Amino acid sequence: MTPALQGLLTIAIGVSGCVGYFYLSNQFIDKVLFPPRGPNAGRNINRANIIRPWLFLFPAMAALGLYLAYPVVETLRLSLTERVPGGSYRWVGLDNYVQMAAEPKFWEAMRNNMLWLIVVPAMSTAFGLLVAQLTDRIRWGNFAKSLIFMPMAISFVGASVIWKLVYDSRPAEQDQIGILNALYIFFGGTDPQTWLTLPFWNSLFLMVVLIWIQTGFAMVILSAALRGIPEETIEAAILDGANPFQIFFKIKVPQIKTTILVVWTTITITVLKVFDIVFAMTNGQWETQVLANYMYDKLFRANDWGVGSASAMVIMLLVAPILVWNVRNARKEME
Amino acid sequence: MSDIAGTKPALRWVVHASVIFLVVLWVVPTLGLLISSFRTADQIATSGWWRSLFPSEQNLTLRSAAPETQVLDNGVYVIEGQLFGDDQQATISKWGISSRDVGAFEPGQTAELRRGGTITVSADGEYRMENTEEFTGNRGPRIFVTAELPPEFTFDNYQKVLLDQSSTDSMGKAFFNTLTVTIPATIIPILVAAFAAYALAWMDFPGRALLIAAVVGLLVVPLQLALIPLLKFHLNIGIGKGYLGVWLAHTGFGMPLAIYLLRNYMAGLPRDLIENARVDGATEFQIFTKLILPLSFPALASFAIFQFLWTWNDLLVAKVFLIDATGQTTVMTNRIVELLGTRGGNWEILATAAFVSIFVPLVVFFAMQKYLVRGLLAGSVK
Repeated sequence: MTPALQGLLTIAIGVSGCVGYFYLSNQFIDKVLFPPRGPNAGRNINRANIIRPWLFLFPAMAALGLYLAYPVVETLRLSLTERVPGGSYRWVGLDNYVQMAAEPKFWEAMRNNMLWLIVVPAMSTAFGLLVAQLTDRIRWGNFAKSLIFMPMAISFVGASVIWKLVYDSRPAEQDQIGILNALYIFFGGTDPQTWLTLPFWNSLFLMVVLIWIQTGFAMVILSAALRGIPEETIEAAILDGANPFQIFFKIKVPQIKTTILVVWTTITITVLKVFDIVFAMTNGQWETQVLANYMYDKLFRANDWGVGSASAMVIMLLVAPILVWNVRNARKEME
Repeated sequence: MSDIAGTKPALRWVVHASVIFLVVLWVVPTLGLLISSFRTADQIATSGWWRSLFPSEQNLTLRSAAPETQVLDNGVYVIEGQLFGDDQQATISKWGISSRDVGAFEPGQTAELRRGGTITVSADGEYRMENTEEFTGNRGPRIFVTAELPPEFTFDNYQKVLLDQSSTDSMGKAFFNTLTVTIPATIIPILVAAFAAYALAWMDFPGRALLIAAVVGLLVVPLQLALIPLLKFHLNIGIGKGYLGVWLAHTGFGMPLAIYLLRNYMAGLPRDLIENARVDGATEFQIFTKLILPLSFPALASFAIFQFLWTWNDLLVAKVFLIDATGQTTVMTNRIVELLGTRGGNWEILATAAFVSIFVPLVVFFAMQKYLVRGLLAGSVK
């Protein structure tokens, strides 16, 4: 069977399976288990209403539990064990973490990740805010925003190819085909640089790719927040003689502080998970390793599930504060 | 609100100029790759893509027609022809017949050929060779020209990457594989999540608040944690690596966002509407399918776009759950990474392959931007 047919069949089975499950299970409680008739009609309706939410919730909760909640626990367990030949596991306590901490490559990944965590959210948010503010008042603003938003649709892998061409380097005697080197030489650089192999700077060049993608996201959210600012506050500032910069930094930015924080944390989470860009552009060579790629290396190249799971737990640990903060905010909002 | 920028024309110009600068900065990298995908390997390797937009001056080595095409005209042997192909427009600024002096003559001048006779080359590439004796040899003499060539683009790369079955660079199969992953992985989670979202938004049961909090928490759990436990699970229950596994994985990973987006939207629907329907005796199932689902279309569309873009662009989940050693089920992102490894210098293949994979999401993006923006605004945890 060709995959295309298999795909169609899956859509058909999946969709009709879902619809069938919801429809039939509803029929079952209404018609068979607790029919709203007879001597116990009232009690039956109440009982049906107690069960029904769980019918609606069951498939989604099963998916969430199996694909997200269970792996957290299982990864924690794997990170504390070691595979022994024959398919069983041996409890090793914190050995995997100790082993990982002894590897220079891990600390390189940590260092780079910290740099990513500071630079990418900061730059994306700053650029997003800048574009949102600048395009707010001009007639072709929406068109400009559309173009800056566009990289959101491009895959990390596609973006990696796009930027690899930008960073391309040819020997000095040839014409440069990468625009960065062409500009570098145009402005008086002598030798073309192989940007992706310059330690420290190459990490920044990789970050540029993610900033390029995420700025559109920041811009969209911040643009909506800027429009939501009450006009009176700005009018009052104008009457008091504030200049545009004062209005922006002293009136507008403080009012959208929470939104800026939300954008910042959302991009932070994306950064922690970033894998494709590093994998496709340098694969962690030339000191560009990051945690997600380090973990992939351990899991699927070195086949070391213990250390791989330990590094996954480090990512989880870094995400945890944001997780707690989000849950708290969501609960506050619901009250 | 008075137009702050408008009060100072100088400031307004600065605003326009900065926006133009930023837009150019953001578009140029993509444009470079797009243009490169329409150039030949030679063109890409010898000049930057930005040069291809303008006529470029190039030094070319061409040859006149072979002596066998000569004709006898009034006692003079003549070879006439056009140096460039029929479909190529070029303007010659200088030419020569020796590699030591490629710019010896202006268009229209006449040069003495080393092996007898003369040649005249005009600016448009027409030439005429004359000789009182017969031209000999089996090739015409070399002619060096400095010419201004117009921009030239080709579809050959796309032909090769998309349609050429035998080619190892083919993306055709990967394109269909990606499609096969994407469509079920977009549709199924929507349905599953919609029911759950309705229950969380409009049904009363103990533990509801806790479940919503759990969904918000799972929203940020990195999927990296899920790789090994789930691969193990898939292998244990016999799914192994394959489409079914990747569909299930995408369904699971997309679930928190789907539930979160849809619940927020459904909770905002007017309470009267739902209560009236309940009073009129509609069952919960009917309320959901006849009322809530149609009304929630914008939120469903938002999530569908997210999930589509995410599954289409995904590399990691496909690598772990789908692509086995045979490589028959490879997806486009994975093909591109492979090409980056093996064909790192072949920009015409890389650029074209990348654009084939970028094209579909871009179309979806521009066609449905409105829903994407709405989804983003609703989806970022406030």
